[in-house]
Amino acid sequence: MIVETSDLWRTFGGVAAVAGVNFRLEPGELRCLIGSNGAGKSTFFKLLTGQLRPSKGHISILGRQTTTSQPFEISRLGVGIKTQVPNLFEGLSVRENLHLAARRTYAGKAARLAAEAMLDDIELADRAGVPVRELSHGQRQWVELGMVLVSEPKLVLLDEPAAGMTQAEVERTAMLLQRMRKDRAFIIVEHDMHFVRNIAERVTVFHRGRILVEDTMEAVTSNAEVRNAYLGQKFGKDHD
Amino acid sequence: MKTELTSPAFIAALVIGGAIVFAAPLFLETYDLFNFTVFAIMAMLAISLNFVWGIGGILSLGQALFFGLGGYAYAITAINLGSGWGLLAAIAVPCLFALIVGYVAFYGRISDVYFGVVSLTISLILYNFVNSTSDAFYTIGAARLGGYNGIPSVPPIQAPWAAQPLGFEAMYMLCALTALVFYLGVRLFVRAPFGRVIVAVRENDLRAELLGYDPRYHRLVVFAIGAAMSGLAGAFFAAWGAFIGPDTFSVSFAAQAIIWVLFGGLGTLIGPVVGALSVSWFTTWLGEVRLLDPNIALGLLFIISVLLVPNGMVPALRRVLERLRIVKERADT
Ligand SMILES: Nc1ncnc2c1ncn2[C@@H]1O[C@H](COP(=O)(O)OP(=O)(O)OP(=O)(O)O)[C@@H](O)[C@H]1O
Ligand SMILES: [Mg+2]
Repeated sequence: MIVETSDLWRTFGGVAAVAGVNFRLEPGELRCLIGSNGAGKSTFFKLLTGQLRPSKGHISILGRQTTTSQPFEISRLGVGIKTQVPNLFEGLSVRENLHLAARRTYAGKAARLAAEAMLDDIELADRAGVPVRELSHGQRQWVELGMVLVSEPKLVLLDEPAAGMTQAEVERTAMLLQRMRKDRAFIIVEHDMHFVRNIAERVTVFHRGRILVEDTMEAVTSNAEVRNAYLGQKFGKDHD
Repeated sequence: MKTELTSPAFIAALVIGGAIVFAAPLFLETYDLFNFTVFAIMAMLAISLNFVWGIGGILSLGQALFFGLGGYAYAITAINLGSGWGLLAAIAVPCLFALIVGYVAFYGRISDVYFGVVSLTISLILYNFVNSTSDAFYTIGAARLGGYNGIPSVPPIQAPWAAQPLGFEAMYMLCALTALVFYLGVRLFVRAPFGRVIVAVRENDLRAELLGYDPRYHRLVVFAIGAAMSGLAGAFFAAWGAFIGPDTFSVSFAAQAIIWVLFGGLGTLIGPVVGALSVSWFTTWLGEVRLLDPNIALGLLFIISVLLVPNGMVPALRRVLERLRIVKERADT
């Protein structure tokens, strides 16, 4: 099992952002996580990566108990995350952002080569020396995606990787992900239904901190409960 | 690393810096040499503050307290055991102190601003404590702490193989060369793999941590190295004036170091040196001509630099030069 949570809770004051989630992810699975704003998806990611401590419950990742681990310890198990808000070394060049990520896995020259290869993959080789703060929003998303993938993580968490992208950029992102798929496990939070339909195998629907349904995309889109809770407001639109 | 050591800019900095240091005694009066020695010591403090704050992103507002700790550690140890042990103590004591404070602060994940306040508070506590040690009870071996009177007759630095302690000229040389080594060391550090991670942690500690770097550990290392650097500067200061007093723990001294770094350019490599030298020289000159109270002048300088050159003189000058170059290029074509 790549990820296993049991009765996972996280409350803020009186509000339960994650309320008793039992989640399992098999090796090699690509899971999409959907749910309306405030459903608890990002909070769930923060719990998995150690940015937040659970109020209750347990997390095991790649066979280790990580309930009280520090973020860097979880990262070192082979977990990469692209957070919902951009999270980059803004003042450093694209190349250096990737290199700092690659260095976690590769030593010396191999890290440089891996960073260069990723520059090509995210099609930013011609902007390698530019500080990332000078890039467009979509390009910055790719740099962060590249940082996550260049360290060859076993589990990849992506929180809205296509947010704020043009339709063309969204498609390129989906293609990039397919190429980087290998035999890795992914959990992807995304509001863009077009994107989700494109890449998803199984879909987990979050609603008010709980798992509402877990099924194939077809089954989920035809589920009445899901339509009420989330998709009803969603169909016909690609962005919110 | 290899490319950095052989880069033209690095070699130029080394040659020019070395030449100025070695040539200065040829055309400086003893009195000026004496002043330049303390300027070099202040440059060392400025470089260490910039290292911790500008490079490491740690808001160490009370960094000067390590200078004071180093000065006292040197004075007490040198009086009892000789200057060699004194220098070692001046590096080890602040470094250990920083490891303890840093461990509590960084591993307890206290926030950045809070850390700044804590570091100033520690300065104040030390200031009050040392000021209250006039009683003979506060005697370590042959060294009396002396409270607000400080410790007089601090021994000068003497090499173990030498018959005499360092004279004016040799002391100047030691301080200037050490300042140069600090500058070059920080330069190399920020380009080394470990230094890049330090910069990454400063840029975005969450991202660094999510990549698997432990920001707490990296901050602690930077903080401890910076404290050791400040401590050595404090030892040189105590040896230079044969005196160390509690004013080195005062908030106004801590503020001076901050002003040098801000005025010169926080986070730049040469800026803090420029700031320390120009502001120290300026306040010394003000003291001589008695035009304006140096503290008021420092305050004004602080306000002016924050308002007019918020990134410091060195980046501002760079921008002016860059603009001139563009204007010239346009004129040429
Ligand atoms: N640090 C916090 N302090 C207080 N409340 C929080 C905090 N973080 C999240 N919440 C609350 O927890 C709930 C879940 O938030 P979360 O960000 O996990 O939702 P989400 O599913 O990611 O939504 P979105 O699709 O808008 O990103 C929300 O009600 C939010 O207001
Ligand atoms: Mg979210």
